[in-house]
Amino acid sequence: MNKEQNNHIFNFLEKGIRFDGRKLDEYRKIKIEKGFSENAEGSARVTLGDTIVFAGVKLSVEQPYSDTPDKGTMMINAELMPLSNPDFEPGPPAIQAIELARVIDRGIRESGAIDTKKLCIKKEEKVWSVLIDICTVNDDGNLFDASALAVVAALQNTKMPYYDGNIIDYKKKTKDALPLNLKKMPTSCTVIKIGNHFIVDPTYEEEKNVEARLTVEVEEDGTLCALQKGGDKSLTAEDIDKMVGIGIEKSKELRKFL
Amino acid sequence: MAYTKRNDGRKFDETRPIEAKAGVIKRADGSAYFKIGKTAAYVAVYGPREIHPKFLQNPRNGKLRCYYNMMPFSSMGNRVRPGANRRAKEIAMVTEKALLPVVDLTEFPNSVVDVFIELPQTDAGTRCAGICAASIALADAGIPMKGMVAAVSMGRVDDKLVVDLDYSEESYEKGTVADIPIAIVSNTQEISLLQMDGELSRDELKQAIEIVKKACSKIDKIQRNALKERYEVKNE
Repeated sequence: MNKEQNNHIFNFLEKGIRFDGRKLDEYRKIKIEKGFSENAEGSARVTLGDTIVFAGVKLSVEQPYSDTPDKGTMMINAELMPLSNPDFEPGPPAIQAIELARVIDRGIRESGAIDTKKLCIKKEEKVWSVLIDICTVNDDGNLFDASALAVVAALQNTKMPYYDGNIIDYKKKTKDALPLNLKKMPTSCTVIKIGNHFIVDPTYEEEKNVEARLTVEVEEDGTLCALQKGGDKSLTAEDIDKMVGIGIEKSKELRKFL
Repeated sequence: MAYTKRNDGRKFDETRPIEAKAGVIKRADGSAYFKIGKTAAYVAVYGPREIHPKFLQNPRNGKLRCYYNMMPFSSMGNRVRPGANRRAKEIAMVTEKALLPVVDLTEFPNSVVDVFIELPQTDAGTRCAGICAASIALADAGIPMKGMVAAVSMGRVDDKLVVDLDYSEESYEKGTVADIPIAIVSNTQEISLLQMDGELSRDELKQAIEIVKKACSKIDKIQRNALKERYEVKNE
């Protein structure tokens, strides 16, 4: 953390403004484009200010796990691409990429957004496996919320390929969408604490000066479905209640983009 | 049996539609997007910057380092496992060699210019699309260059020489196919990438190179236009 920059940001926040002129609880411009990759079964590109994130869905037929013999499987992976940030290096996923993937995974998995029972083809033998990849293209902060939007949009964009019970014909996409519970679809709002101020949708610059952060994933009815506290400093119970409140409030706005 | 008509109706010496844009990734020092048919490439250039590990430092010259990666969902069929496989490493190496003749890094000793090529959607010709985008991105980053590099894959499908194979042609089953990615350096018209798989006669290779030169001069114009669009001062 750069002390001077931190002071500068803090002084601005004291006046209720941010470097880019936004209010503390204001998101940057959000744009979602679905289906940019024809080879993926589903895909979406999300731009959040200058942050750009791609998500893609591939489907395959696998054997189910023995403890859930009648449910399809799901995997979320995130690649912090070295093209998106000078600090990201090529190689196996760094801990930041693992955290990102796991937090988004929890939101989708725990909310039950994907109806995995309907992905069962034959109990104990064959189920659909949903493979979701997040790829960052430009990192100007808040990869969590951008990735969550991208994953949900890519899932909504997914069409099942033709399957004859033996071989998948990826070239023939059917009209069948992936079985989803739209009401359960999570939105993610990451709230940042700097000094005694709470802000949402941090830029990269703001993110570097974070004292603590809380990612709040919410279903349509306001139920929380995933939480992740980050940053080096601790939070009080009052802080957390406030941050969750901001998260739930903002999720209503974000939901309009789904 | 002869290959008389291309699957998508193109002329034999016609490339697929091309789109190019410079400056698409803000965090990068230089960047570009290049799309040819259904193959798309994003490239970011970072540098000149300090090189790690330090033993790679060269006090006489800066280093050009390329990476090539297909996004996991970019291909038809199975998911591509993330991480550099042998194919990706080889393509990264030949891409470096394709770009080196135009890039002058003597002013930046002990440093590196990193070129990251990412493909979100592929339909053959990915290394050529990557090279075309990388050339634009390097220029966008302000790296001293003697010229641009354009690349396109040439092919022989059955008895015909064709420009810019797509996947359906690459996997043509009624006859033999040769795939020949070639890169042309704009200022010298020399060849900085040449690979081939399949079978080809010496004469066919000669013809192929002549055809590629024409296609690459068209691509060169598109690349320059992308840079002009970004940097030209428009008079009101």
